[in-house]
Amino acid sequence: MATAKGKGSAAATKRAARKVRILVGKPGLDGHDRGAKIIARALRDAGVEVIYTGLHQTPEMIVNTAAQEDVDGIGLSILSGAHNYLFPKVMELLREKKMGDVVLFGGGIIPDDDIPKLLKKGVDRVFTPGTRIQEIVEYVNARIQPRK
Amino acid sequence: MTVTAKEILAGDVRAAARLMRDLDDEIPAAVRVLKSLYRHTGRAYILGVTGAPGSGKSTLVNRITSLLRKRGKTVGIVAIDPTSPYTGGAILGDRIRMQQHALDEGVFIRSLATRGHLGGLSRSTLDIVNVMDAMGKDVILIETVGVGQDEVEIVKVAHTNIVVVVPGLGDDIQAIKAGILEIADIFVVNKADREGADKTRREIETMISMGEYGEGEWKPPVLPTVAATDTGTAELLVEVERHREYAFREPHIARYRREKARVELLEILKTRLIEKAVSDLESHGLLEPLLADLARKRKDPYSISEKVVDHSFALRLLGGRDNPPKKKRY
Ligand SMILES: Nc1nc2c(ncn2[C@@H]2O[C@H](COP(=O)(O)OP(=O)(O)OP(=O)(O)O)[C@@H](O)[C@H]2O)c(=O)[nH]1
Ligand SMILES: [Mg+2]
Repeated sequence: MATAKGKGSAAATKRAARKVRILVGKPGLDGHDRGAKIIARALRDAGVEVIYTGLHQTPEMIVNTAAQEDVDGIGLSILSGAHNYLFPKVMELLREKKMGDVVLFGGGIIPDDDIPKLLKKGVDRVFTPGTRIQEIVEYVNARIQPRK
Repeated sequence: MTVTAKEILAGDVRAAARLMRDLDDEIPAAVRVLKSLYRHTGRAYILGVTGAPGSGKSTLVNRITSLLRKRGKTVGIVAIDPTSPYTGGAILGDRIRMQQHALDEGVFIRSLATRGHLGGLSRSTLDIVNVMDAMGKDVILIETVGVGQDEVEIVKVAHTNIVVVVPGLGDDIQAIKAGILEIADIFVVNKADREGADKTRREIETMISMGEYGEGEWKPPVLPTVAATDTGTAELLVEVERHREYAFREPHIARYRREKARVELLEILKTRLIEKAVSDLESHGLLEPLLADLARKRKDPYSISEKVVDHSFALRLLGGRDNPPKKKRY
């Protein structure tokens, strides 16, 4: 069966079917996850596998989940006003776990003045209220590829 | 970054997660790691939880996990949700009910999409269960959607199968009649806080009593639970434990292992044979012309399949020459 073995690996060179996996979650203490749910659905409709974690996630929970689920991106909806803490903390934990290549983006009620600071900390993109869903989907399509 | 079997055996979370992804994405190199992991599998106790959408499976899995953790057991959870047939995307939302375990190093949760595979499991489920097993998880819980004959796949994979139903769904009972009775080792009537729980329970018990059970044969118990408030779950775990003891006793465990081996081998073989046949046809430039002939009804798929099977595999298996079919023969 020596030849069969070689053949097996040749047959196995068929194209890989990688899918984009994105964690969508809602950290913080407020109880509205409508925005996060809308994004989850829009991304699903764009062919993404969305791991939806629901409300009240701490940065530690988010990053642990991202590790177990091996996601390519994390999208967070933050309405609580704690974005200046939550985003950098998630980024820091990602780097600690050598997951710095995971794309972190988000949206919510975030003052324009805070956005440059967040981008500098490593957040890839921040969407402000009123952003069309389609814009977020286009961003994800263009920016987030399944890992190698 | 390539993953090694050593990392998995050491329980490395990142490595395991990446290997699972590669297996789910059908990356050929990942199979090499599985080959060396295989002999380290077979130690975990595998518990299947299936039932209609929204019946409370994830909430129940969450409760069972807490109880198992209290007893010092490590837990792996594979939570499967359907892929949208239209977009290929999926929302994997089972974790919502399980996030209390997100920081527990003794719990590894993996969400999977069915990716078009039928039978309630993803094609990769067995592989991913094997990875968790090799990581050393004591118990692996598999949550699958659905009620009906489609779910038979889970039966061969799990040592114990829990079927979750909810009160007051006439359709559910129909589905049970349609074959899920053979699947369940334990019935759970969840949402027992709702009206009709007793009636549903009695209906299922009646159905079970109509079955024939030999001396010492397992007869599925029916347990009411309110997973939302953690009611009845301790009693459920007692029955789970009882069935685990039954399942690991001879001759049951030997039969389970053989059946699981059969499913494993046949599933892999099926995939490989199809890949091989299709790549043979493609590499000889035969696939497209054959499809065109079929479309015009000049040939039939039955005869073609027979020829492909005979020519592609029989010769090689019998030690004959690698004899690629000539274009004209089809
Ligand atoms: N009244 C009541 N509601 C419950 C009970 N158990 C779960 N639920 C609720 O039922 C809903 C669905 O629960 P899940 O655990 O997500 O159900 P599931 O079967 O995993 O759902 P899918 O994975 O989507 O098929 C949630 O809102 C739960 O809070 C229960 O015992 N009683
Ligand atoms: Mg669920």
